[in-house]
Amino acid sequence: MQDHKSLFSGTRDYIASQELQNSVNVAVALGRPLLIKGEPGTGKTMLAQSIADGLEKDLLIWNIKSTTKAKDGLYIYDTVQRLYDSQFGDHEVSDIKHYIKLGKLGEAFLASNQLVLLIDEIDKADIEFPNDLLWELDIMNFDIPETGETVQARQRPIVVITSNAEKELPDAFLRRCIFHYIAFPDAEMMAEIVQVHHPDLQQKLLEEAMNAFYWLRSIGGLQKKPSTSELLDWVQALTVGGISPEQISTELPFLGVLLKKDHDFNTVLQRLHREGAQVKPSPGLPHIGRGR
Amino acid sequence: MFINFFYLLKAYGVPVAITEWMMLMEALARGMSFSSLTGFYHLGRAVLVKSETYYDRYDLAFYNYFQGIETPVELMEKVLQWLEKALPPRHISPEERLKFQEWDLDQLRQQLEQRLKEQKGEHHGGSNWIGTGGSSPFGHSGYHPAGVRIGGESVNKSAVQVAAQRNFRSFRTDATLGVRQFEIALRKLRQLSSKVEGLREELDLDETVRETGNKGGLLQLVWTRGRKNMVKVALVMDSGGSMDPYMRICSQLFTAMNRSSHFKDLRFFFFHNCIYQHLYLNPSCHIKSAIRTEDFLHMLTPDYKVILLGDASMAPSELTMPGGAIDWSYNNDEPGITWLRRIAAHFDHTVWLNPIPASFWDRTIGSYTISAIRDVFPMYELTVEGLDGAIKKLKVRK
Repeated sequence: MQDHKSLFSGTRDYIASQELQNSVNVAVALGRPLLIKGEPGTGKTMLAQSIADGLEKDLLIWNIKSTTKAKDGLYIYDTVQRLYDSQFGDHEVSDIKHYIKLGKLGEAFLASNQLVLLIDEIDKADIEFPNDLLWELDIMNFDIPETGETVQARQRPIVVITSNAEKELPDAFLRRCIFHYIAFPDAEMMAEIVQVHHPDLQQKLLEEAMNAFYWLRSIGGLQKKPSTSELLDWVQALTVGGISPEQISTELPFLGVLLKKDHDFNTVLQRLHREGAQVKPSPGLPHIGRGR
Repeated sequence: MFINFFYLLKAYGVPVAITEWMMLMEALARGMSFSSLTGFYHLGRAVLVKSETYYDRYDLAFYNYFQGIETPVELMEKVLQWLEKALPPRHISPEERLKFQEWDLDQLRQQLEQRLKEQKGEHHGGSNWIGTGGSSPFGHSGYHPAGVRIGGESVNKSAVQVAAQRNFRSFRTDATLGVRQFEIALRKLRQLSSKVEGLREELDLDETVRETGNKGGLLQLVWTRGRKNMVKVALVMDSGGSMDPYMRICSQLFTAMNRSSHFKDLRFFFFHNCIYQHLYLNPSCHIKSAIRTEDFLHMLTPDYKVILLGDASMAPSELTMPGGAIDWSYNNDEPGITWLRRIAAHFDHTVWLNPIPASFWDRTIGSYTISAIRDVFPMYELTVEGLDGAIKKLKVRK
């Protein structure tokens, strides 16, 4: 087992469940990429920042877009610039090295200290994208044919990959990852999370906001259920707006912070109206059914 | 070590590869399970399971391996015994009793029985009853009270309790899921060809060389458009009364289809129980919104991919007899099956999606017409897995 300092255990502003901590530590110890999935707003991207802070490493973020190619992460050979330069003749164009720029993965390989590399929203890229990175993530080196160089990683970066499940990831890629699904936090953990972000919050306000929040999530037929990040924003709005705890459940002020779709908005307002403007905590499961 | 667990996972349908197993062994050798069953549960899940849709199967396999449940009968008894033991009235305070009123023991027991029965019904055979039984066909939300309780009763080790809670039940792909999952499945339905509109953002190499030559060697970049999905889709939905129980799931598919902006063309049509000489443009199936089925066949070229959605359950006469339509005022000269065959013959790609789970097809009331229609169209159940299968079918010629 490693020494205690190199174990991740969440940070001051990021509460990680024991399961998540274990997954992170397993991935770090085995030198495998950590693949994170979960509902939007459960802090997938924040996790990488937290790992970097917790383990005192630098963070490098590679944001994936639909047009991103796997090779972009290794290096970019700017041929067009070289051609332009050759036409005006005021640059040294015979040395290709001037036109090779390392991508994020290349940077992480050549960094002098181990980094945390976040490959954010890998599912946005083309379906073949993850497959094209298999070798580089496994063996940790790549060739630049234009210059005949091989870039060898000085040390394995800690790779965190997030996915919103917009595309199916290939099996061969999945097999090399450690996988963790961030489950939606239960009320207890949620209260902890809110308190971390808003330490001076009144207990009463927190309770009311949480009640209303879980009531909202319990409504069937919402197209997009409010998530952690939206609750945090809402609490912020409630505090800034000087809303009293009593108003929260009867009026649901600043509802637009929590709900982002017209349809959801109407559904909730109808429910609120029908139930006599009184948010009731959801009946939930019968007591005997609770594991804890 | 635990090699049988590996095979058990495979038996439960978790795709585990030997490389992942070796990874687990390496992690265990390094003491990453923290010498506890809970640690092993989480470690095993992180290393072996690569999608939340398999978490439930992992839970079941884990529970089975470390607990060894064999038969449903015993389990039922255990559950019921425990229920009775755990609810002596004297322990319940008046406030708590209020909550229990809507959940009296009989009702709870009935529900448990029913759910366990359903699980057995859906299960694909074999002796492990809970095995592939998974969820009830129509997607009950929340987790199975039985599961939680079974874990609470007979087990002391918390990892097994966690596994027995089956918190990830709702992520199974063979359960019916939401709009988003449908959208993802539908996204696979594509066939690319050159675009005629949109941004020119790809370098056209041939044109660039030619233009640069024309300019006497001064570089001229020429850009061209990317490729585009050419798939045209028609969704033909049953909006008859027998479909009411499936309204929610059908509307989810409808929403997902509607949102899928990547089709070249997307059309919706409706019918009532069976298709005869008319189709309808809206779900009320009123004659005002009718178009002739013949026109439908002329209007849509054979390269449209046609998805029919319906429970395929009706009186045999509705399908096989002239004048058999359920609507009295509607007179069909030709039996429904003739029209269905015509549709199947016209299009290159057709599938039928049925909201009734596949395991009930030969046992439900409509089993006769279901099997008759299955002879005409390849039929899939309306779940994410079923839709995946249907879409694969739509991509190849029959």
